[in-house]
Amino acid sequence: MSTEPEALLRLIRHGQEQPCRPHPRHLLDRSQWAALVEALAASPEVALLGLWAEPAMVHAALVIGTEIRLVSCAAPEGRYQGLSPVRPAAAWFERMIRDLWGLVAEDGIDQRPWLDHGRWPATGPLALRPGPAPLSVPQPVFLPVEGEGVHQIPVGPVHAGVIEPGHFRFHVQGETVVRLEVRLGYVHKGQIGLMLGRPPRAAARFAARLSGDSTVAHSWAFAQAVEAATGAEVPPRALALRALMAELERLHNHLNDWGFACNDAAFAWPHARAGALREALLRAAAAAFGHRLMMDRVVPGGVTDDLRPGGAAAIEAALEAVAAELPRLASVYEGHASLADRVVGTGTVAPALAARFAAGGVVGRASGRDFDARRWPGYAPYGALTVPVLAEGDVDARLRLRLAEIGESIRLARGFLEGLPEGPLAAPLPQRGGEGLGLVEGFRGECLHWVALDDGGLLRAAFPRDPSWLHWPLLEAAIEGNIVADFPLINKSINGSYSGVDL
Amino acid sequence: MRGWRDMLWPQLARGLFSRPLTDPAPAVPEVVAEALAVRLEEAARVRLGRSLAIRHVDAGSCNGCELEIHAAGNVVHDLERFGLRFVASPRHADVLLVTGPLTRNMREALERTAACMPEPCWVVAVGDCAADGGVFKGSPAVEGGIGTALPVDLLIPGCPPTPRQLLEGLLALLEAQAEPKPKPD
Repeated sequence: MSTEPEALLRLIRHGQEQPCRPHPRHLLDRSQWAALVEALAASPEVALLGLWAEPAMVHAALVIGTEIRLVSCAAPEGRYQGLSPVRPAAAWFERMIRDLWGLVAEDGIDQRPWLDHGRWPATGPLALRPGPAPLSVPQPVFLPVEGEGVHQIPVGPVHAGVIEPGHFRFHVQGETVVRLEVRLGYVHKGQIGLMLGRPPRAAARFAARLSGDSTVAHSWAFAQAVEAATGAEVPPRALALRALMAELERLHNHLNDWGFACNDAAFAWPHARAGALREALLRAAAAAFGHRLMMDRVVPGGVTDDLRPGGAAAIEAALEAVAAELPRLASVYEGHASLADRVVGTGTVAPALAARFAAGGVVGRASGRDFDARRWPGYAPYGALTVPVLAEGDVDARLRLRLAEIGESIRLARGFLEGLPEGPLAAPLPQRGGEGLGLVEGFRGECLHWVALDDGGLLRAAFPRDPSWLHWPLLEAAIEGNIVADFPLINKSINGSYSGVDL
Repeated sequence: MRGWRDMLWPQLARGLFSRPLTDPAPAVPEVVAEALAVRLEEAARVRLGRSLAIRHVDAGSCNGCELEIHAAGNVVHDLERFGLRFVASPRHADVLLVTGPLTRNMREALERTAACMPEPCWVVAVGDCAADGGVFKGSPAVEGGIGTALPVDLLIPGCPPTPRQLLEGLLALLEAQAEPKPKPD
């Protein structure tokens, strides 16, 4: 039996409402939180967007029907009731909360450390009272696999290619992967700790460097959260320029991922062509905004830079070049059996699993989960847009969607450029306390940022959630039953961010 | 039916008159090349010749530097035309190219990678983070630059450095390996 969204919302409303904008946050007591966990078990359609903490308090973000709700529960003795028994994706968040804040999830399905490899100067660095560092670095523990002829392949953290570091532990039987476990945390930089106590403009530099490939999306989501908290009104020109940058970012990343994935299937031509087109886009971005990746251009209150002279023409020319070649790229992709042989039916994420993990972006949409934050009510400055959805869930579906989204992004970017409103680039940020949530669709999926400012306008608490949090577990599922040699291909088709989740 | 001439000639003409996709080679900053040459003399290291095998290690970057390292290999910048090549193993490499502020969680992996490199080898730190920790300087989770673990021969600054800046730095490394020019009397 499934609980109606209305019943769940009613349950949440029993909690004390906290002033978070634009979506309210409700502080539940322990029994209300327990009732929520029970209700979540009965409502599989309610998506868990994220779970995080601050000292002695846990927060969760949920999508209930068409509403986003934040719920919190105090953890006075350093314990709270975990969500992982009813939402398996919560397990990775619970492990992160334990490592950073020292709060333990009761009945959590996985209590192993995640980001903490035993090499930090203290345990629970964000807790009120961090603990002492361990005397020695513990060996990581992996889930056991039993069966005849099962053996392990350890890979990483240093890989053969130019990619981010992470450890992959394969259990294989012959050529077939029985289980993959991903162990991350290698690029943990203490992001949240660095953001706290700083004014929003200074903290924005860390949001911009959470995951360099999504710098615009994360900067925008962080800025949105701060603007919601302080009540700042972003000028229309700044909004349009943000959206233009976000679409350019989506374009260059989709081209990059599509090309690289084809390359991993030993088909190099798409990689070469996509690389050349992507370079044209990055040069146009540099000409228009003074930075190839458009880093630090979106800040709380607006944007730092206007379009430079000649910038609009450079962007138009680059968009035209991509648009002109898009049909050819698609026909070459379609027309080669050797490529189809590698990508079709490989690394399948079942739609039920994508829904259960609330996977955003291309990964979710290739497995039938029709969610794109750009269609959320009030998502300015976007109007109607087409977001294709497929149900196959394999590498092929993810690559097809990337190509399909390129066309729509070109149309959107051209629209923003043509209809660019006049006016100021930024609004002054009121120096006051408040709490806000930002949600921006990046190329991987929705980037979620939550901030709480103290009365002096400095960051009291913050949590940046990259979409990859909900993708990494699906990579582990997608590889099951595939051969080891297909792992790079499957990994690239999902392309989770390491830095984005290592925090 | 179209004859082979109809198809071949336009293609040949395009090939003859169109500009190549590849950018012209960037100039090597003389100061950097000279400084590297001095460093090479001091260390009395064996010259590696005009080709370098590179092993990349991400020691905590935000992946912005990786994007630009990739871009340096695309058809426009085409790093391989200069004899610069990324290799899969540190055992085959002349250059260790490191990005990131060096997180505590990556230190051992970086040191082990460096230990696998055959001598002589060069360490190149890429990006502002690799220089001294960059924006992440002061975090208890980072060491604060590659220099805290390994002796750095060349630093390519930038957040992230552009492919052109990367090429300039790596070409300077090639330049420094060249035979010293005869000194004028």
